[in-house]
This record gives sequence, structure tokens and C-alpha cells, in this order.
Amino acid sequence: MSQSVARRTVTVTNEQGLHARPAYLLADLAKKYDAKIEIITDSERVDVTSILSTLTLGAEKGTRLQLEANGRDAEVALTAVAELFEQGFPGGEKAQTTEQK
Amino acid sequence: MQVLQGIAVSPGVAIGEALVIDNEGFRIPRRFVSRDVVETELERLQTAIQSVGKEIAGNRDAVSEQLGEQYGAIFAAHLQMLHDPNLQQELASLVRERQCSPEYAVSRVMQRYAKVFESLDNGHIAERAHDIRDIEKNLLRHLLGQRREELSNLTSPVIVLAHNLTPSETANLDPNFVQGFVTEIGGLGGHTAIVAEALAIPAIVGIGQFLSDVSGGEKVIIDGDLGRLILQPDEKSIAGYHQEAEQHRSHAEQLEELQELAAETLDGERIDLTANIEFPYEVTACINSGADGIGLYRTEFLYLGADSEPSEDIHFQAYSQVVRAMNDRSVVFRTLDLGADKMGRDPHSDEDERNPFLGLRSIRLSLRNLPLFRTQLRAILRASALGNARVMFPLIATLQELRQAKMVLAEQMEDLEEEGVPFDRNIQKGIMIEVPSAVMMIDRFVKEVDFVSIGTNDLIQYALAVDRSNKNVADLYRASDPAVLHLIDMTVQGAKRAAVPVSLCGQMSSNPKYTMLLLGLGLRGLSVPPMALPEIKKICRSVSIEQCQELAQRALEMDNARDIDSLLREELKKHAPEIIQC
Repeated sequence: MSQSVARRTVTVTNEQGLHARPAYLLADLAKKYDAKIEIITDSERVDVTSILSTLTLGAEKGTRLQLEANGRDAEVALTAVAELFEQGFPGGEKAQTTEQK
Repeated sequence: MQVLQGIAVSPGVAIGEALVIDNEGFRIPRRFVSRDVVETELERLQTAIQSVGKEIAGNRDAVSEQLGEQYGAIFAAHLQMLHDPNLQQELASLVRERQCSPEYAVSRVMQRYAKVFESLDNGHIAERAHDIRDIEKNLLRHLLGQRREELSNLTSPVIVLAHNLTPSETANLDPNFVQGFVTEIGGLGGHTAIVAEALAIPAIVGIGQFLSDVSGGEKVIIDGDLGRLILQPDEKSIAGYHQEAEQHRSHAEQLEELQELAAETLDGERIDLTANIEFPYEVTACINSGADGIGLYRTEFLYLGADSEPSEDIHFQAYSQVVRAMNDRSVVFRTLDLGADKMGRDPHSDEDERNPFLGLRSIRLSLRNLPLFRTQLRAILRASALGNARVMFPLIATLQELRQAKMVLAEQMEDLEEEGVPFDRNIQKGIMIEVPSAVMMIDRFVKEVDFVSIGTNDLIQYALAVDRSNKNVADLYRASDPAVLHLIDMTVQGAKRAAVPVSLCGQMSSNPKYTMLLLGLGLRGLSVPPMALPEIKKICRSVSIEQCQELAQRALEMDNARDIDSLLREELKKHAPEIIQC
């Protein structure tokens, strides 16, 4: 299947912004897909599999972020990521199940 | 460029490469590796990352089990940071392309991330800087492992930046390579500061937290005159400081010309200008600067540098070297003047020593540890056979202490006599006047000693109840406080009445601002660090006793340190305008 590109805009909805646990969950989720998922700001593109880079953005609650996915499963991946943002990075359960792999 | 202000404890200017020693004593030199070992070094880095990864995973599992999964997730995030693809790539490229050592690469990259996080407005993310530093420490611990280098094994010139340096660490600094040092904590007059002055390198203490802003190998400027540390200096300030360093040298050369001249006032009063030293090798500097003798030989370094108690012969070797080198000029040996805490291995350091300045220290410690005291006294006595040695007991607060100390000395004399070991039977015995109680009783003390020497550092702290190393109250520590002046006056008058020689050897004697005042108060003996000697001599040669007495009289009538200070500065400017003010 050919490369596809998907774009979407999300809003940081959780109280403390894109801090360690959200960034961790985001990186963890992104690793499951082939597509490269990036957050695009005015000045940089950040690969969300890099937790440190995501944290560097310092995104607060209410920040709108432009997402872009590149790869075979780009559309599916972005849907999952957007959902994570919408739900405000819930619970720790996800963290553990994925950690066990 | 960033300028930090601290407490200037030793003058001079140096420009050089930073050597950062963090809280845990890690030393991260900016080291580069040769091309052919790059792959091996990368493997070493990978091994360290794997080991740290295992530790974090272990923590995650243990914490999850004990406290719940939510808490374990903190470590899961750490693990992800450690294995962050960008981080891995940055580290590898520093090692591969720029041939940095893995240690240096880790320190550089992690510091950068920590700094970015700290600069964020989001407090939750800013706190992640702690996590980064935690991971950095763990990586460094694995990388440095057994190879953790000692501060004493330096091979290139550096400026040492540390949270704190213990007096023994400072004493072991190699002045051939250490161009200066800056510490986050510490205050004026602490032992570390005194050692810095002895090493004749610029030093700043109590500058506050700054280590997170520098990484090893950066170029920094230390201005020991103004107490400033300059990080990331711009070209202009580098050029300016190069020039200043040059001026320092030429000023020192000018003062050196005074070497052959006596410390004599304009009206012909001869001042006995002696030197304070800490290390035997400083004798050369004393002779070069034309000292009349050694007014204070601090013997602490023997105890600080060593792992075990120094033997009589080790003492003797150091002492005899100094006495011989000074020829017939006097050498005043001050017996051990440390607290148990500073020696770091004493059974007496316990809960009761929470207030060390009022605790078991100095002569009190010696009188409680007679074997230690005897060893030192025997060595001093043996050295007295080789030249003009004198013995001085520090921190004497009561007549009983003096009598006890003298008795221990007399016992050692008897022993040596029986053993047929030569020594000076008439060795002069003196005390330091540094506790206000000794000033109150000066008339009795002078009947039982051959000389007294005023130790202003302690006298000021006990008189004004100020811990000079406590940043919160350091500004209350004022040598020019009228109470201090009157204490000095009382001591000098008491000694004069009994015709006992009196000198002053605290840090006050080395500050040109006070020279006229001290001469005016009647002091004819000053003991100063060798570095400061030419300058003080120059002032002595520029003033008359009459002027000094007038100044002292006015100062004694004033009510506060501030007024006295400005009077002193004014007078110094009038009589010796070329002296750099501090």
C-alpha cells in the first residue's frame, strides 16, 4: 500500500498540560503504528515517540496542536492519537498493558 | 553572558575551562576520545544505558507492587526518557561525530534538556528537570564507575566549580592546574577561604545555585577581586579580563620591588611584618616578599590531607623545613586549630557538636586528645633546635587552659631531655587572643606568656555573635565594629603594660583598609598572607604613627562600623591612593 498523509488539529484538554504521563502515553501509543506521527508548531516538528521532545513543547491546557502522520496506517494512527487527546489522557491502565509487551 | 555575584575570598583573575564537580562529587571533564576507540566508547555508553534501564525497570516493578500502578508509571516514563530515540541519537552523534567522551556527551545533552524544561512556564513539566538530572546521575555513575577521577589528579588547567569544597579538598587542590574555584555555599573567613588565599588563586564562595547552568569545559571567567563569575563570556569581557590579569601581574611586580625595604613608617617606627602560612612550600613566597618571619604557621593541613593521624616525624619534617628555610627569623607554630567535624574522622564528633564554633575544637580538642597534642608539641620542640621556633596556643578562653597546655609542653620538654633529643629550652610560648574572655583577663594572661597574637576572625565572630559562614548573617560580621576596635585596644594596652609583644594575625591585618587603624591602636606586629605582604608594607612606609594614632582615636569614638569604614577608606585614599580598594 502506498504512503499516506493525515493531518488533524487537537486541543490539550487535561488540566496539567502535556506533562510527563500524557507524553509517555502518547509515545507509547505512537510506537504501535508504522506511521511517523509528529506535532507541528511554528518553529519545529516533533516526533511524538520522543517523550523528551514532546515535553520540550511545554504545551499547556487549551493549546491547539497540529498533528501530522506519515505512513501506511496514518489515518488509523491519528484517530487513536486524537482520541487520547480528547479523553484527556485517562488512567494508568493503558500504561501498564502496553509496558508489558 | 551571565554574571553571578558571590563572596570574594581570594583575589585575582583567571580565565579558563570549567571543571564542574556536582553534589555527589562527579567530575565531568570535557574529554575527547580518539577516532579508533569511538566504537568501544559507544558500546560503553550502550552498556551504561542498558544497566540504568534495568535499574529503572526494577524500581518500576517494586514501586508498582508496593504503592500501586500509578506510582510505577513515573518510572515507566523515566524508562521511556532513557530510551528516547532523539536522546539516543544525540548522544551517539556527539560521541561518533564530535568524538566526545560518553560522560561529557551525557552531561551536555542532559543538562540541555533539563535547562529547556526549567525554562518552561508549565510547572509540572519544569519539574521533569529533576527526572532528567536523576537519569543523568545514574548514567554517569555507571560510566564513571571505578574510574571516577580524583580532583588531585588533574592534568590540565581548570577553574573548579563545585557545590562545596571541604577544607581538605581545597588543601589538596593542585595550584599548578587549579586556576581558581567557585562554590555555591560558604562564607567569608571559612577555612576553605583561608586555604584559597594560601594557594594564591582567585576564589569565590557563597555564589548560590548555579551548577545546573554550566557544563564542564565551558570557558568561564573568575574575578576574585569583585567576587564575580562570568559564564558564557563575550569576546569583549574576555579581552577586558585578559588585560586585567596583565595589570595584576605588573602591579605585583611593582610591589615586589619593596622586598628589600623594611616595613618602616615615615617617622621611623619599625613594624614587624610577618607572614601567615599553611603549607611549607609557602616559605619561598614569604622570603620573596620580604617577611620578617612567620607570624602564624597553621598546622591544620597535616591533619586535613591525611587519612590517619600524622606521625611525629611527618610533623617534624614539615616544621623543620619551614624553620630551616626561615633561617633565624621567627616561626610561630599555632597548635591544631580544628573542630572534630573538620577532621572528619574523630570519635568526638557526635550529636553534641551541633554548634561547632562553641564546641570541642582547637585547644579544647588538643587538651582532650593528649596523645595527638603531645605528638605535635614534640615535633615543634624538635624543630626549635634548628632555628627560631615559637609555640602558640589557639582559642584560649581561660587561664586554666593556658596552664594545662603549658604543662603538657613542659612534660614533653622533660621527655626530650631524658631522651637526649635537642630542643630550645627557652622556646617562646604565646596565645591567640580570639575569645572575648581572654581580652577581659588580658592583664593576668600576659603575666604567663611570652607573646600574644590577636586572631580577629574568631574574635569578631564571638564578640558579635555572628557565624561568618552563614550567609543570612554574614553582613553582620564587621571587622570595623567599634566593639571589635575596643577589644583590640584593650588587648594592646594590656600587653603594653606588661611589656609583652603583641601582634595581630587575623584576616583584618591583610586588608589595607585597616593598616593605619591597627598601627594607630599601637600594634607593631602584623602577620598577613604572603600575597598581601608587599601591599601592607607599602602602606606602612607611606604613613606616620602620628597620623595613625589620630585616625585610631577618631575611630574609637565612633558609634558604628559604617562610619568607621568610610573614615578608613578616606584616610587610605589620602595616604596611599595607588592601593586597590577592597
